[in-house]
Amino acid sequence: MAEPFLILSDICKAYPGVQALDHVALQAAPAEIIGLVGENGAGKSTLMKILGGVIRPSSGRITIDGQSHDALNVGQSMAAGIAFVHQELNLFDNLDVAANVFIGREPLMGGPLRLVDRKKMAAMVQPFLDMLGAEFTPTTPVSALSIAARQILEIAKALSQNARLLILDEPTSSLTMSETQRLLEVIGTLKARGVCVIFVTHRLNELTACADRIVALRDGRLAGHLAKADISPAAMIQLMIGRDLKSLYTPPRAAASALPVLETMALTTAAWPVEQVNLTLRQGEILGLAGLIGSGRTELARALFGIDRPLQGQVRVNGQPVPPGDPAKAIAAGIFLVPEDRKQTGLLLDLPIAENVVLASLPAHARAGMVQAGRIQSTGQRMKGELDIRAADVAVRAGTLSGGNQQKVVLAKWLSLSPRVLICDEPTRGIDVGAKQEIYLMLRRLADSGIAVLMISSDMEEVIGVSDRVAVMHEGRINGILQRTELSEHAVMQLAVSRETEDGAT
Amino acid sequence: MTKKDIGLLLLILIVSAAVAIKNPLFLSPINLANTANLIGLFGIVAIGQAVVIMTGGIELSVGSIICLLGVLFVDLLVNFGLPWPVVLILIMCLGALIGLLHGLMITRLDLQPFIVTLCGLLIYRGAARFYTADATAGFKFGQTFPTLEQMTIGRIAGVPVSFMAMLVIGAVMWVVLHRSVFGRYLQAVGKNEEAARYSGIPTQRVIVMAYVICGLLTSLSAVYFAMYTKSISPSSHGNFYELYAIAAAVLGGFSLRGGEGSIVGVVLGAVLLQVLQNLVNLLGIPSSLNFAVTGSVILIGVLADTQYSKYRKRRL
Repeated sequence: MAEPFLILSDICKAYPGVQALDHVALQAAPAEIIGLVGENGAGKSTLMKILGGVIRPSSGRITIDGQSHDALNVGQSMAAGIAFVHQELNLFDNLDVAANVFIGREPLMGGPLRLVDRKKMAAMVQPFLDMLGAEFTPTTPVSALSIAARQILEIAKALSQNARLLILDEPTSSLTMSETQRLLEVIGTLKARGVCVIFVTHRLNELTACADRIVALRDGRLAGHLAKADISPAAMIQLMIGRDLKSLYTPPRAAASALPVLETMALTTAAWPVEQVNLTLRQGEILGLAGLIGSGRTELARALFGIDRPLQGQVRVNGQPVPPGDPAKAIAAGIFLVPEDRKQTGLLLDLPIAENVVLASLPAHARAGMVQAGRIQSTGQRMKGELDIRAADVAVRAGTLSGGNQQKVVLAKWLSLSPRVLICDEPTRGIDVGAKQEIYLMLRRLADSGIAVLMISSDMEEVIGVSDRVAVMHEGRINGILQRTELSEHAVMQLAVSRETEDGAT
Repeated sequence: MTKKDIGLLLLILIVSAAVAIKNPLFLSPINLANTANLIGLFGIVAIGQAVVIMTGGIELSVGSIICLLGVLFVDLLVNFGLPWPVVLILIMCLGALIGLLHGLMITRLDLQPFIVTLCGLLIYRGAARFYTADATAGFKFGQTFPTLEQMTIGRIAGVPVSFMAMLVIGAVMWVVLHRSVFGRYLQAVGKNEEAARYSGIPTQRVIVMAYVICGLLTSLSAVYFAMYTKSISPSSHGNFYELYAIAAAVLGGFSLRGGEGSIVGVVLGAVLLQVLQNLVNLLGIPSSLNFAVTGSVILIGVLADTQYSKYRKRRL
């Protein structure tokens, strides 16, 4: 293996009351793919921010090419070839690809007007796009790119800055299987060109596929390393949580009843106006809804919950039609949605936990139109206890919680009412393994209590592990339904990528 | 009262004390009553504006509405000879209707509040000028409406009724905004409309209601302003009043992004603006500097507030 060009040693970072990093060491050598794993709050982000020059460590040494620093600033970090692809992409979607790559350092035509040389810029970007196998051109507007393509664009931007260490922070959390596969190939290309990649992810299978070694953090300390031969999800989980996770998934207590709770009759959404969705959700089951991004899953969820009005068709709960296009009516019928984007649509980040929990049931916490602060507090307290929301108090702002605890607040909002149907759109995206297990346990408990759960997920392991049945969507329609006994990654993928023909051949 | 409100109150007291020392006339009963009257008039408009700003919207047409409804009020009362309670109810219905129209255009037709109400500003001003053919509308010589006058420009124990009306409206709106379910919905919609919708809150209805409330309060203040000035010249009556209202709300801690602010704050904001007007008059500052002084104080106030919260954040 090549000599490491970057050595972090004895890095500590203390915040008031918290030791975020405690004597952590990390080395990076050219052409190396390092998987960095750890639960949320283990210190991964802090460590990466120190590398990016955003945070100063309390103590420790950073050695780059033999030169030792106490801390880096952003400029030094960039000059050393360290580039960061953030989980939330930092792109200007009102500009085109080339403009985004060269933002802040545009090639100029010369002359006093400092006009941008757009031709030259496009020509300079093209080689990077070729190298990454991008399916867009330098003049494509970013608003037209999928999330996966935007990731590629971010990587191109990093390469154009001569990055030799690329940090990818959960790049696959919103990608589909095939897009993820594509990204892993790109990472392979980078490695072949001598770039070191630090890959932060909660999706352990991806690391098994591509990482050269694993560094695991736990509670701010180094929990251990794994060499290439030893990498497996079980080994990583053990390092991350310090114990064996017997099973992430809880089996159902009893077979689900055959009683239909939610039925869609020839439901058509604006995303796929020529297709119809006929789906039955039974009492006490968790129905997984798999499919590629863009297959119409989220649109289906939005139509079921009344956010969008379907073009045609009907939704029924216990045989009664639900008036379309009004979330309040859906809520009244007992259909609740835990949305995909909890920061934008699930929570009011500036409001306390308790206020978020009662937001959908304020009239029930009011007398004669006046809200009763005491009742809000007690509901908040009760749900905080029931769902084990980890916060000092229910007056804590929702925005300060970790992803897992935020998701529990969204769930608490609905569980404080009495759901008949709970739709969860990507319920564990960006959530660490420990909190994931709690969410799965909670979904299973809800199903066992007779609630019908529809779980939309792009995480194949999760779909297969959690669901009683899996419905697979493809281009706007349900392409097939798999029973628990028939579940396999292969079977789900098959249905997700190609249309099932009459004779079953694909 | 929030920390912000207390800071604003302190600022008002300091400015008042300084003016009173420079010119003792400030504390004379007649000056205090006049100032209180103006605080009442502008306070009512500002409270209406604040409700709209809470949703993240803005209502730029209030000055023109005050003019148009004022003209109609005087015309119906003087030239049509309708009894004043009928006229009052008609005018308030009109105000609510204008608010309803604005609200529906913003929610159902997806227009931006700034554009809808900017067009309103131009349209209502034009309508008022056309209706009167640019002639000043006023009362006939010797015409009096004793009950109406007592209820608008009258005084009880030396306190202007308009000021008391503003306090009552403020108290009611405080309960609505800070204690009622509707108030929570207003704040939720202002903070994050999407999340509010995903929680089953009827966001469109909440936004429309905010504009209706603003229209109602504006129409009431239109009647007060008409009774106060007694004559209305349609090209200038109510000019810039929307900006006074917005300034009072901003001084009172309302964020133009929505979701933040308190009724106590906006009332104090209205008080500070009138004290500043009074300061310009009493200290013999050329009245041409009036706007400049007001603008500077608002700028300094908002600057101090943001710097202070930055400082506090850094210390945390």
